Amino acid sequence: MTVFQAIFLVVAVVTLGGAVMVVTVRNLIHAALWLILSLFGVAVMYGLLSAPFFTVIQVVIYIGAIAILMIFAIMLTRRVAQEPGSSVNKGWWMAGLMSLVLFTALVWMFSTWSGFQTTLPQLPEGIDTIKVLGTALVSPDGYVIPFEIASVLLLAALIGAVVVAWERKT
Amino acid sequence: MLNDWIFIGVFLILAPIFPAAALLIPRLIAPRKPNPLKTETYECGIETYGETRVQFKAQYYIFALVFLIFDIEVVFLYPWAVAFDQLPMFAVLEGVLFILILVAGLLYTWRKGVLEWA
Amino acid sequence: MSDPVNSISEWLRTILSGWGLSEGLITVILAVLGVVILATIVLVVDIMLVWIERKMVARFQDRLGPNRVGPFGIIQPIADVIKLLIKEDILPDGADRFIFNIAPIFALATVLLLWAVVPFAPTIIGADINVAVLYIVAIGSIGTLAIIMAGWASNNKYALLGAFRTVALLIAYEVPMVIALLVPVLLARSMGMQTIVAAQSPWYIFVVPLAALILFVSSIAELGRTPFDISEAESEIVAGFHIEYTGMKFGLFYAGELLHALTVSALIATLFLGGWRGPFVDQVPILGPVYLFIKAFLVYYLIMWVRYSFPRIRIDQMLGFNWKFLTPLALFLLVVVAILDKAMVGVSQVQYVLVMLGANLLIVWGTVIILRTYARVERKRVGEERAVAIAPESDLADLVGQE
Repeated sequence: MTVFQAIFLVVAVVTLGGAVMVVTVRNLIHAALWLILSLFGVAVMYGLLSAPFFTVIQVVIYIGAIAILMIFAIMLTRRVAQEPGSSVNKGWWMAGLMSLVLFTALVWMFSTWSGFQTTLPQLPEGIDTIKVLGTALVSPDGYVIPFEIASVLLLAALIGAVVVAWERKT
Repeated sequence: MLNDWIFIGVFLILAPIFPAAALLIPRLIAPRKPNPLKTETYECGIETYGETRVQFKAQYYIFALVFLIFDIEVVFLYPWAVAFDQLPMFAVLEGVLFILILVAGLLYTWRKGVLEWA
Repeated sequence: MSDPVNSISEWLRTILSGWGLSEGLITVILAVLGVVILATIVLVVDIMLVWIERKMVARFQDRLGPNRVGPFGIIQPIADVIKLLIKEDILPDGADRFIFNIAPIFALATVLLLWAVVPFAPTIIGADINVAVLYIVAIGSIGTLAIIMAGWASNNKYALLGAFRTVALLIAYEVPMVIALLVPVLLARSMGMQTIVAAQSPWYIFVVPLAALILFVSSIAELGRTPFDISEAESEIVAGFHIEYTGMKFGLFYAGELLHALTVSALIATLFLGGWRGPFVDQVPILGPVYLFIKAFLVYYLIMWVRYSFPRIRIDQMLGFNWKFLTPLALFLLVVVAILDKAMVGVSQVQYVLVMLGANLLIVWGTVIILRTYARVERKRVGEERAVAIAPESDLADLVGQE
């Protein structure tokens, strides 16, 4: 086992463990903090895959913005501190069964996939992946349409958020 | 490049250790005699009443939403700025168009009065 | 011996490989050593900052400041640290023990982590990564979390209010900050700190002074310093998110805050004031850190000057200033810089700098005119006769009855 694999395993365990804690802890704020740990694990994953740009983006967007948004949302709900109810309901076994079936199906599917055996393609020396990404984002034979549509989509999200969350004062 | 990321990784692991070590020393030498009066939370000298974790203004949430949208949009612009040398003028204008759509969102929230703290 | 850091690291590398250690292990050992040395230096500077800040505020307020412990009171911070170490550590009732304890650790650790990407000399830098600018933003957003954790775990209304105000402030001013950071990235075509420093001829403050100003203002807000210190407004919410912290835990927040100010100064110095650049630095790389710290302390002095000269602004003014003024201005500047930069391909450097500088000054001039008009309208509005707020009759009766 190489060092990289060991690091990968530790990070994977932390990420999944954090995810499990998110759904099992009762205190909502604790759940949010576990979620942040899990998201950070994903960021480290990107780092291990030598995608530094996505590592920092994951932290900036998911931890810096979305997690904060979630914590604000939790604070907006009443009585966060003493959540009395159990975190599972009567149908928990159905959900468990469904996820087990899905998981088995996924494992079965991936066991026949050849992608695991292929070696990582080597990037040419001295290539700056961010430059390539930047050029691809705005070049007409690249992703310029998705790029502009993303902007429109975000505008729509902003307008939607304002319409939903902003009560008009009369 | 890889060495630099090893440095960052090591730093990530070691950085919390320095302040944590500073917290260990008082554990050993500082007095520790809690009593109910001392551990009461501070509220301008009066006894605390009611729930601490009160419900918050919805507006904090809206500002966080606006921030989230802007954050994502600006992050998109970083690769664009890094690749600036290879871009022809029209690609630059595409980036500008991207920014202008962002500005339209800002103007919308402004006109709606979302940006007034009430 | 012109480059001691790298020659020592090369020397250690040969010794370690002489012991038969593998290449990867040596890299990790050297990284650990580098981190420990860097963090120690930064923390020692941090302790001295306590003295600098206290002495400075005293001079601004026409006092003497600490002057009893040692010459000019220079040993005062050591006394402060010892005092903090032997103070009792109080865990308030109903606090969330674990989160309460790790929040101050996060607060200082995130500031320390920023120093990983600060270049000290052409060859001395912790990690020269190609996403350094976004790394700064990312680490900053983890710092935001420390504040929310502290405020929530304290089980105190003021702490929670303070944390909420702080986070609202931090996320608001992150937008103009990220846009202002984008300008040097665009000019240098790289997010790597060393590339940005190397590209600065002349310093970017002479090319895009407005971006430097926007970054400076939004950085002061990110620091939560006056005039943006609504998060710990003493007269309203006592101390904000760290109200329940005592002893060394409070000390960590305090140290983190001071160090953050210097860190931000160092980053502004790196991005706009040429970082380690200065005379003879190419021959003697060890001069780099000296120049960097001189520039960083210059910016730090400016931050203190602002802090001790301006009154605190209200939360509505704080948000309005950001969303209605700073963010649109930063976006406009970015558009202008981007278009001008592309339009001026092939012109000489002098022309390039002059046009950029001229465009910046023109934007500043236009902004000042708009602001003046706005201020005139606002003065008129505030000066108008308004109904004075009086409690309704019934409330008054209640109050009198209670008396």
